[in-house]
Amino acid sequence: MPGDTGVGHDGPMIVVEELTKRYGAYVAVDQVSFTARPGIVTGFLGPNGAGKSTSMRMMCGLTPPTSGSSTVLGVAYSQLKNPGRHVGVLLDASAQHPGRSGREILKLGSLTMGLPNGRVDEMLALVGLDEDEAKRRVGDYSLGMRQRLGVAHALMGDPEVLILDEPANGLDPAGIRWMRGLLRGFAERGGTVLLSSHLLHEVEVIADELVVIGRGKIVAQGSKAEMLAGTGSIVKALSLGDLTRELDRRELTYTDAGDGALHVDATPEDVGHAALAAQVVLTELRMGGSAGLEEMFLQLTSDDAREGVAA
Amino acid sequence: MTAQTIDRGETQTPDRDIPAVPMTRLIRVELRKLVDTRSGFWLLVTIGLVTAAAVAIFLFAADADELTYGNFVGVTASPQGVLLPVLGIMAVTTEWTQRTSLVTHALEPNRVRIAIAKLVATLLIGALFVALALGFAALANVIGISSFDGDGSWEFFGWEGLRNSGLLQLAGLVQGLAFGMLLMNTAAAIVLFFVLPTVTGIVFGLVERLADVAPWIDLGTAQAPLFTTGTVDGEEWLQLLTSSLIWIVLPLAAGTFRLLRREIK
Repeated sequence: MPGDTGVGHDGPMIVVEELTKRYGAYVAVDQVSFTARPGIVTGFLGPNGAGKSTSMRMMCGLTPPTSGSSTVLGVAYSQLKNPGRHVGVLLDASAQHPGRSGREILKLGSLTMGLPNGRVDEMLALVGLDEDEAKRRVGDYSLGMRQRLGVAHALMGDPEVLILDEPANGLDPAGIRWMRGLLRGFAERGGTVLLSSHLLHEVEVIADELVVIGRGKIVAQGSKAEMLAGTGSIVKALSLGDLTRELDRRELTYTDAGDGALHVDATPEDVGHAALAAQVVLTELRMGGSAGLEEMFLQLTSDDAREGVAA
Repeated sequence: MTAQTIDRGETQTPDRDIPAVPMTRLIRVELRKLVDTRSGFWLLVTIGLVTAAAVAIFLFAADADELTYGNFVGVTASPQGVLLPVLGIMAVTTEWTQRTSLVTHALEPNRVRIAIAKLVATLLIGALFVALALGFAALANVIGISSFDGDGSWEFFGWEGLRNSGLLQLAGLVQGLAFGMLLMNTAAAIVLFFVLPTVTGIVFGLVERLADVAPWIDLGTAQAPLFTTGTVDGEEWLQLLTSSLIWIVLPLAAGTFRLLRREIK
């Protein structure tokens, strides 16, 4: 019944609308709205306790929302038939019976979803768990191995959408790079990925679009390029005085970025032209980077940390 | 895989002609979950071994005139009555203590279907053990006749005996499952399951005025006829019904209500 759900193949696959969860007086998730589209990896970023996991559980029909709604592939998650074949879900890689082997956990999943016999071996190979590791009990797995197993479980039903809560947690840098390749490939084949993280650099590596949440509320969203750019340039020069005179002349504003560097509210190209005109030797010139995003994120994190200390 | 990759580009709607997960498959998965962990596997082995041991001990220890089929079935009742409810409890509670319910319910959002699959799976295993107990008892009775000069009476053999032992054990199993669903905690469910009948037993024993109503309310009293004689009369059936409503159906309904409303995390 293509078209019945009103979701075209370029439309959002995950739609979250004013999702709210209250626990008594405490508001864990507050009017959260965002979408995730096919072909890209959407990062759901926020400090611990910001409401990421609660939002994701609500999206998967596991936590009843206080108000608001969410759909996956145009319908409420709980309305999906055999949801594992449409949506790959990994909410907590450690939420497994420690006495089961990795292989057995995948076997249970493949039995439920009704997948062919060879699927378990395919998935084990895909996430790089060898024969011996697959036979071991997950109680003896490292967090990184559990994440790989969880990703295998999520991908097993060949879904169109992935919802992954902190999948890179516990992975080493090589593991994060591997995860990026895997998720990027999935998105390039037309899949939709929503993944959460409490680490900015993780999300920077993996995601194309960002949804930033703090204390239950969405505080920013947009493409990664958008959010990381527009924050000016960082420049270092042999004679800063000559450069600042030229910047003043061009009416470009700047601030001291410390360590002999300036933060200029202009693109590196504009700063380069100014340096050329002033005939100043530059020792460093780059985009302002994620300074804005990082600052906002730090703010969120430190506010929460202070609350933690007070409590 | 290839076909689905192509399909993805064309439609992007949740319809790839994939039907809902059939009940039989859910039951198969729940059965497998009962045996694929060390604790689950050894619980089942223990039930089997203890049942065999009870029959064997009785064979050697009892007087020759006591060696009847009914008595052999009787000695299997206690160990199974203790262990089968634990099976029912753990079938439900391990999902919560190990947090596997996150995966279980992400793959089947209909919580009642999972509860039914668990109920059917544990009942199937319970029925297997009841059959095993009846088999062990029959074997022991034959050995009793041939080697121990036993009485060897086959009274209780047949439909009524099968029905009585089956009802008794499966009722205990379902009650365990219900308590597990209600409390969602292994220790609490086990304690409540075993302490409650003792408490009600004491209450109904101490308060004389309650003696008449006891079989209507107290499950243990109502179930007594299932142990002793083969026949259960009309009033006794009604008492079984009312006491089972209170101690089995009510907790099961409350447990289902809780399951439907609770947050899975």
